[in-house]
Amino acid sequence: MSDDGQHDTPGTGSNGAGDNSLLPIGPQEPLDNPGVPEHQPRPTDVDPALERRAERQVAAMFVVGAVMALAFCVAYFLFDPHPETGETALGVGASNLALGVTLGLSLLLIGLGAIQWARKLMADHEMIEYRHSAASTVEDRQEAIAAFQAGSEESGLGRRKLIRNSLLASMAMLGLPAVVLLRDLGPLPGVKLEQTVWRRGMRVVSDVSGRAIRPSEVPIGQLINAEPAVFFEHAEEFEGNELLNEKAKAAVIVVRMPPEEYTPYPARRDWDVEGILCYSKICPHVGCPISLYEQQTHHVLCPCHQSTFDLANNGVVLFGPASRNLPQLPLGVDGEGYLIAMSGFQEPVGASFWERG
Amino acid sequence: MSSSTAARSKAGAASRSTAGVVTWLDERLGIGALTKKQLRKVFPDHWSFMLGEIALWSFVILLLTGTFLSFWFKPSMAEVEYMGSYANLRGLHMSEAYASTLDLSFDVRGGLLMRQMHHWSANLFLASMTIHMLRVFFTGAFRKPRELNWMIGLALLMLGIIEGFAGYSLPDDLLSGTGLRIAQGLMLSIPVVGSYISFFVFGGEFPGDDFIPRLYTVHVLLVPGILLALITAHMLLLVYHKHTQFPGPGRTNNNVVGFPLMPVYMAKAGGFFFIVFGVTALMGGLLQINPIWMYGPYNPAEVTAGSQPDWYMGWLEGGLRIMPNWETNLWGYTLSWNVLIPGVLLLGVLFALLAFYPFIERWITGDDREHHLLERPRNAPTRTAFGVAGMTAYALLWIAGGNDILAYEFGLSLNAITYFMRVAIFVVPVLAFIITRRWCLSLQRHDREVVLHGYETGVIVRSPDGSYAEIHRPINPVRAYELTMHEQHTPVEAPAASDANGVPAPAQGKERLRSRLSHFWYADDVSKPTKEELEAAAHHATNGSHALEDGHGPASGNGAHLGIETSGIVGGQDFGLEQKPKAP
Repeated sequence: MSDDGQHDTPGTGSNGAGDNSLLPIGPQEPLDNPGVPEHQPRPTDVDPALERRAERQVAAMFVVGAVMALAFCVAYFLFDPHPETGETALGVGASNLALGVTLGLSLLLIGLGAIQWARKLMADHEMIEYRHSAASTVEDRQEAIAAFQAGSEESGLGRRKLIRNSLLASMAMLGLPAVVLLRDLGPLPGVKLEQTVWRRGMRVVSDVSGRAIRPSEVPIGQLINAEPAVFFEHAEEFEGNELLNEKAKAAVIVVRMPPEEYTPYPARRDWDVEGILCYSKICPHVGCPISLYEQQTHHVLCPCHQSTFDLANNGVVLFGPASRNLPQLPLGVDGEGYLIAMSGFQEPVGASFWERG
Repeated sequence: MSSSTAARSKAGAASRSTAGVVTWLDERLGIGALTKKQLRKVFPDHWSFMLGEIALWSFVILLLTGTFLSFWFKPSMAEVEYMGSYANLRGLHMSEAYASTLDLSFDVRGGLLMRQMHHWSANLFLASMTIHMLRVFFTGAFRKPRELNWMIGLALLMLGIIEGFAGYSLPDDLLSGTGLRIAQGLMLSIPVVGSYISFFVFGGEFPGDDFIPRLYTVHVLLVPGILLALITAHMLLLVYHKHTQFPGPGRTNNNVVGFPLMPVYMAKAGGFFFIVFGVTALMGGLLQINPIWMYGPYNPAEVTAGSQPDWYMGWLEGGLRIMPNWETNLWGYTLSWNVLIPGVLLLGVLFALLAFYPFIERWITGDDREHHLLERPRNAPTRTAFGVAGMTAYALLWIAGGNDILAYEFGLSLNAITYFMRVAIFVVPVLAFIITRRWCLSLQRHDREVVLHGYETGVIVRSPDGSYAEIHRPINPVRAYELTMHEQHTPVEAPAASDANGVPAPAQGKERLRSRLSHFWYADDVSKPTKEELEAAAHHATNGSHALEDGHGPASGNGAHLGIETSGIVGGQDFGLEQKPKAP
């Protein structure tokens, strides 16, 4: 069984490319190659009863697989996938469960049958195939190089530099149409990343109902998700993705804290209304909506990457990967006593970008 | 008698009809020459060669289930009011993409099964590709002549990650929309062109109307097309190079020992396709994945706490989470290192390192030969240590990607976990490198011991003078051969710094660096036993045990040698252990 005729030649460290045979790797082995072990017959090779049994096993798997395929069809028509009216089994939808199990078993049994067949009944004599170097023979390679050189010579590509360079130039220019063609994928950013719909005098309303908010309705320790009133007052302008685009920048949170716990920057002294503060809800890290509020500390945490901001201290970053403070929206009260913005955001909201400055 | 004649004539008829079919095809396609060579092509057998196969079959399952899904899925961000079967969401405004995914899950029979199978097989596809890559790395299967196939494999893995992310972003549910929002944040962090890239990709502002249909084209046409082409190239190169094999008796760098494609591997690999398919179907039926109806439609002002990406994105998420909040402002422009480094550069750095690794190792070791025999990880300690260090870094990032879940489940401080990870990501891989390397070297030493002195039987004998020793028994010759046939690596020596006339040799610095690296790579390797050492050990074992037989030469070992390590033991008792010939 030993097929190591070429094996014990000491290696020389070259790959032997070209002679179409690989030199063995490494120095002389300390032990002689015992060769491929003798083939051991399997029980199914020597015992006809076992052989027949294996044959029956394989066939049984295939037959049960076929039955399962039929069962799949039955389950398809038997069960309704509807979430309310459909049947359930084991607390889940019966349709999906039955379809998955029958299809799975059908496929699995075909696979197991095939492998049992290969393992027990097909010939299991190990065979030996010789390798050749991945490289072609030296002659082939030289002929290939010669052919390439002849072709190159006949084209004159090397000699006619004018043609070669002008061809290269025109091919390179083709890159421009390919890039320019993509121009209409989208508009230029312009100032869109820097502006939101917030304007002076715009009411701050609850994000679900669109109801305007009176300061007296905001209890201490409460966080209200809010939006600009324009989303509801001009709902026809803000439909579908137009609404989502603006919401992705204009969503805010409104919180109230005892005024003595709030330490505003001097320029922000009148940005609150009786301790009610308004901040952007969009994380200045990569733009997730910030939503986890801790009443006692007035910290708010972004659930995506855990940047933490101190709402009692001008929204400064306390922790996490965000590098910018949470933008604050100055609040006031209009003639009817509802919360309004006293201006738009004074810096871009959301993730940083190159032109942001 | 007559029945056997009938069988023979039947067989004759079958072979005649086979010949007829082959002739018909050969006259049109010329398949004879190819079939002659490939039909009985030999593939070696090892369980780890199955990992790439799982990836291959998962890809086929993805194509099948994905085609089914595409018949109902509507890649549109047009707003609709949901009036379908799922009561909890009825009346809500959502994109057509989300609504059609709900319909697929609740109104199309088998739709949920196909969705879940598609998602499970995507996870399996990436997991099996990743583990297959690790197998190839740790056994050195990427070495010449397979470097290009290694790079194709990396391209497959990278495209697979992109394809998976694109796939789970398509339903436009709250979770996937959050993922896209993060992806948009990553785009914005790219210097100079970030905001332009974001506006071109999304057709304007985030989320816009255009992204889902564009992503759909990428997901069902562009990336699968490239994947299919690269998988074809990967397989063709596999056939051309012939599969690597583990060293063993009769298995050399010149041959491949195994079973033929037809019938054994057709049955085994074909059967394995059905097994992977069947297991995926069972998972789709029994294990819920991505229940998008529980998340609701995407709304950029909402998010769920504990949002997690699919597992293969987790390490990038971890990088984003533990990165310090560095940002630079220069002349009115912003560089967001906090996003750029983990979100954009990390992926590039990892794949660049992996792609160049074969060439780096080849340069350091100066090894330009073809390798078809796999190396046991212990016999390439430095490579193995680099691999384990890389896996450790990956695992740490992955853990960091779930820092909120960890903090919640184990009642730990989120901040403490994050600070710990910021240090650990640099320290722990280095420790892992050192430990792994030493571990490998110890295993080499152990192999040497076992070959020279036999294995430990656990039987303690007491000699007449009162000393105790454990009896070592020789290992069988096949095992001994397996433990000694690996290559003994030697470091590259730098050429003399100057020639005889004192003129400095060119490229001296580079050569010196290479020699130093090569020494680092190989110099600690334990030398495997030489023929002389083996003979001496055999002789020693024979004399030390006062064996009855007189075993001298390595080839003559047939007796009951007791390989007793401590000299001066009077032993020679046979404790009824299986008598095996001493490794020659």
